[in-house]
Amino acid sequence: MSKRTFSIGGIHPHDNKISRECPIEILPLPPVVYVSMSQHIGAPAKPVVAVGDKVKAGQVIAEPGGFVSAFIHSPVSGTVKSIGPVKDLAGNGQNTVEIAVEGDEWVEGVDLSGDIVRDFPDDNAAIMDKIRLGGIVGLGGATFPTQVKLSPPPGKKCEMLIINGCECEPYLTCNYRYMLERAEQVVIGTAIIKQVLGVDKATIAIEDNKPEDIAHMEEVVRTLAAHSPKYAGITVLAMQTKYPEGGEKQLIDAVMHRQVPSGGLPIDVGAVVQNVATAFAVYEAVQKNKPLVSNTMTVTGNCLPVQHNCEVRIGTPISFVLERCGGLPDSAAKVISGGPMMGKAVSNLDAATVKGTSGLLVLTEEQTRRMPETHCIRCGKCSDACPMGLEPFLLFRFTKAGMSDELEANAAQDCIECGCCLYSCPAGLPLLDIIRTGKQQVMGIIKARAAAAKAAAAVAGQPAK
Amino acid sequence: MSTTVIWTIAIISILGMILAFVLWLIAEKFKVIEDPRIDEVEKVMPGANCGGCGFAGCRAFAEAAVKATDLEGNYCPVGGNDVMARVASILGYEVKAKAPTVAVVRCNGSCSNRQTVNVYDGVKTCKVKASLYSGDTGCSFGCLGCGDCVAACKFGALSMDPATGLPVVDEEKCTACGACVKACPKQIIEIRNKGPRGMRMFVSCVNKDKGPSARKACAAACIGCGICAKTCTHDAIVLENNVAWIDPAKCMLCRECEAMCPTGAIHGVNFPKPLDKEAVKARIAERNKKAREAAAAAVTKENKGETV
Repeated sequence: MSKRTFSIGGIHPHDNKISRECPIEILPLPPVVYVSMSQHIGAPAKPVVAVGDKVKAGQVIAEPGGFVSAFIHSPVSGTVKSIGPVKDLAGNGQNTVEIAVEGDEWVEGVDLSGDIVRDFPDDNAAIMDKIRLGGIVGLGGATFPTQVKLSPPPGKKCEMLIINGCECEPYLTCNYRYMLERAEQVVIGTAIIKQVLGVDKATIAIEDNKPEDIAHMEEVVRTLAAHSPKYAGITVLAMQTKYPEGGEKQLIDAVMHRQVPSGGLPIDVGAVVQNVATAFAVYEAVQKNKPLVSNTMTVTGNCLPVQHNCEVRIGTPISFVLERCGGLPDSAAKVISGGPMMGKAVSNLDAATVKGTSGLLVLTEEQTRRMPETHCIRCGKCSDACPMGLEPFLLFRFTKAGMSDELEANAAQDCIECGCCLYSCPAGLPLLDIIRTGKQQVMGIIKARAAAAKAAAAVAGQPAK
Repeated sequence: MSTTVIWTIAIISILGMILAFVLWLIAEKFKVIEDPRIDEVEKVMPGANCGGCGFAGCRAFAEAAVKATDLEGNYCPVGGNDVMARVASILGYEVKAKAPTVAVVRCNGSCSNRQTVNVYDGVKTCKVKASLYSGDTGCSFGCLGCGDCVAACKFGALSMDPATGLPVVDEEKCTACGACVKACPKQIIEIRNKGPRGMRMFVSCVNKDKGPSARKACAAACIGCGICAKTCTHDAIVLENNVAWIDPAKCMLCRECEAMCPTGAIHGVNFPKPLDKEAVKARIAERNKKAREAAAAAVTKENKGETV
């Protein structure tokens, strides 16, 4: 039987996992960290420290600024030097806490030993509290606060937990290393999330370009299942390698053969998807009391003499990470935060890493060169490649013509910005770049409409009061 | 032979008459009665269909104007007061004259003022560039320089100056329709009053960063120091979010703020004479000195009064 994959679209870029053999190394502490208050989707966190305060690693320095928001902890021990806007990697000012590093002292109660704690409590409320207070966000890229994802809205029931170990982005290998070096922690984290959600099935989905991971995870799952009945129901599923398998909606389609409706959430079809790195972070928060203060990123590029997978404290400047990994070669033309398909180019190397930084990719001039732009020949390759079943050439034209009604009718808001259309276009058209602006326009219209409807409902509801 | 021709003509003529009658019946049945004034108003409109008035085109504007009870809120910026006077006379409304306006680019981040800190190699439109990041200079508020405003202008009034990399407004051609304002993702273009004989003052910067970082990003940035607001004797300058804004209704065109601005962010245009900064500064210093002396005199007078 052929391996599972999502049903529509997708591409097969060269995976370039050249850093796969590099073990995760722990990067030394930088002299200063810049901890952004907008490291997650949703409202920015509100700082609770003042300039001059002494902080310890793991101490809360910011509280959630809304329902969809997260706690932020100091990744280092030291003194708060300033609080104010600092430019992020896109050059936009974000409220940031700057901390000068002094030693490495942790708050009390954090278990820094390497021992693996296999038994976890039955009290789901306590676990959820630890996840919330640990500032855990989805580390697959979207950085959605995990506790929000783990509390399904009333009336909706989760039927399956999917742990995303696909790592379909070329070049990135930190999830690969997680599943090889920290497999047990990932599986324990999976079991914890599974218990919180109250589901009996959890699937760890891994693409078949990582056979070592699949074999190792299967073995760990078997051993742990023998250890405690709490680990029953976890399976490892080998997936066909295809980009963007790790997209939430694509993964649900591949594993459960269910399609998330347009504008819907995974929970609408009974699924919750979490990344392996998130499962590890949940393990650390629940079992070791360690909040999310560091993440693992791949530092890679064909022009770099040595590849790295390193664990970095959040807020470490990108320039420091690159320097510690051997510095930028002369041939480097572009640094991308994330993978080559969905990552963002870094315009400011002094910007700091955030919770969601999964990799730093260094590209040469030749690799970043765009194809000359010609005319759309209506070959339909973009429509074939689109994993959401959209028609990128049409959305491209509608956006250029400013036809927002047609954009909405053709579901521009469903675009996941995976870049398959741009990758497959033989005419070199900047499909995604243009469609993204159209999508933003449509999202704005939908939001404004919802706000207007809410206001109208409030007006209509007033006389009744 | 001739009978065939006659028959053909006769049949075709009768057929034509019957069909004409049917068409007339249909036209009568589905007749749309439209206010004839809509056509009249549309005739006097400029016909640019630019959407500057907020309606889909000149016809839509004419329909709205005829439907409305006065001309409040309906104004054609392209036609200006002349066209609006004619519209008002057709519809029998009161004429509401508006001061003529023009598009003003509020960014002076030319290549020499603003350092380029990275190279943008993406799609060359401001909209796409703004969707990706803050721009290739240190300033995240200023002009992106890809010319979306130039593309949006239907009157050819905007062009990119290759020397500065900034858009330039041709005041003769600009109709203040506002298409460029909508096209600019950074919202640096403002529709301002043209001013007497085109003379006007404006702050050519929208950077909301605090002074030091704004200054670091651009030599001609408004650093929010507030000297202009303190200097202004007409209370015309508002300082908000680290940016000054000159209220054209209150500005008396004395150019004192322009002389005092430490970064040169305040611009005065179309003045007959170039600004003599030193003379204006001396005038302000003199005035301040007099004010201080008067205040001191008042204080001593008060003190004397107390001792007596």
